[in-house]
Amino acid sequence: MQTPAPVDYAKATSVADALAKLAEHGEEARVVAGGHSLLPMMKLRLARPDALIDINDIPELAGVRIEGDEIVVGAMTRHRDVLDSAVLAEHYPIFREAERVIADPLVRNRGTIGGSMCQADPASDLSAVGSALKGTAVVVGPGGSRTVALRGFHQGPYETVVGPGEILTELRYPIRPGAGSAYEKVERRAGDWGVATSGVYVVVSGGVVTDCGIGLAAVGADHYCSPEGEAALIGKEPTEENLAAAAAATAASCSPNADQRGPADYKSHLAHELTLRALRRAARASQGA
Amino acid sequence: MQVNVTVNGVEHAADIEPRLLLVHFIRDELQMRGTHWGCDTSNCGACTVWVDDEPVKSCTMLAVQAHGKSIATVEGLAKGGVLDPVQQGFMECHGLQCGYCTPGMMMCARALLDRNPHPSEEEIREGISGNICRCTGYKNIVAAIQWAAENPAATVSEVTA
Repeated sequence: MQTPAPVDYAKATSVADALAKLAEHGEEARVVAGGHSLLPMMKLRLARPDALIDINDIPELAGVRIEGDEIVVGAMTRHRDVLDSAVLAEHYPIFREAERVIADPLVRNRGTIGGSMCQADPASDLSAVGSALKGTAVVVGPGGSRTVALRGFHQGPYETVVGPGEILTELRYPIRPGAGSAYEKVERRAGDWGVATSGVYVVVSGGVVTDCGIGLAAVGADHYCSPEGEAALIGKEPTEENLAAAAAATAASCSPNADQRGPADYKSHLAHELTLRALRRAARASQGA
Repeated sequence: MQVNVTVNGVEHAADIEPRLLLVHFIRDELQMRGTHWGCDTSNCGACTVWVDDEPVKSCTMLAVQAHGKSIATVEGLAKGGVLDPVQQGFMECHGLQCGYCTPGMMMCARALLDRNPHPSEEEIREGISGNICRCTGYKNIVAAIQWAAENPAATVSEVTA
């Protein structure tokens, strides 16, 4: 039987209350959101916090809204609500396409976007989406709040810039009129982590790609993105040849590791092929096709 | 730590350790063994219960997190001595063999049909994709849920079932 080690527990009623409780319990306290990464790790003793500060009942942390030229997603927004969000579906179908292949409906009922970002699993789909879209994260601590680019949010596997005593409160994604977006993933079975994934947005204007973002998970892409692939495409016509060249540059910028999900050369091949498929669909969508 | 939860409409209070998982609270504290405890890793879905009407895996939630919430378990599916159509569907279509996954399958199926009374086969398969069955290959489970969708008013009583 897997049971977490003894742990203190406190339910926070607001962000301020959560920060106070984190301070009170010290560096070994952890925030628990949906708990679908943290609790399994606690059962296996991969994580052994002294205290859990539960932020599930803080309404201000959940929900999707538009603020100016950004879409703001609260950190406690559950996967299901990201999947069902009309706002996200309208501006960035990449979210719905990614969410459909994240875990399963039961896990999506509990797991949250903030928890997924903070877990920083190398195969995290939403981290790839966030880096593709060049979003930002709002991190709140005792000294106030700061905004961090998602392409600098992760410091390595399972490591983020969120320090002890701090909480991720929101994710922000710039709205890009005319952008098309898409997400591609190969997994071994329903609900599994990806063998490789790629998500992109593309803006085609005047017959050329004026803007794009390429994010990847599970293939050893620094900060879940490929500026090399993007540079290869910007200013070019979205022809099959140019999209393939960008996909090749993307795959070349990744350093996948061999593991039980597959050998490195297979993952590199997938990084190329999935990026190409995503670019094709996003470019077509941007051109209204 | 004190928790107060409502399970299938009945209020329960208990003093528990914060680390106690909801599935063990239901099975060991409340002695309700309908909810099965399976893989323990959020994969199999045998432990599926509803928390405030949302199906969740109770092995991946602390019981203290359910404080003040309303839980529904498989024991609450039959109403007034009459089986839920999902339960009858599993009976009519031979939707189980060993029965281990069945409580989770049925809780998930009921939630699916409540939101989508006429799901396609694909929607049913997606709906139960968080529930693993190692006996049936899912064919009869899908048929059972389709049966329940086609027969929203089942009539078999628990006594005769």
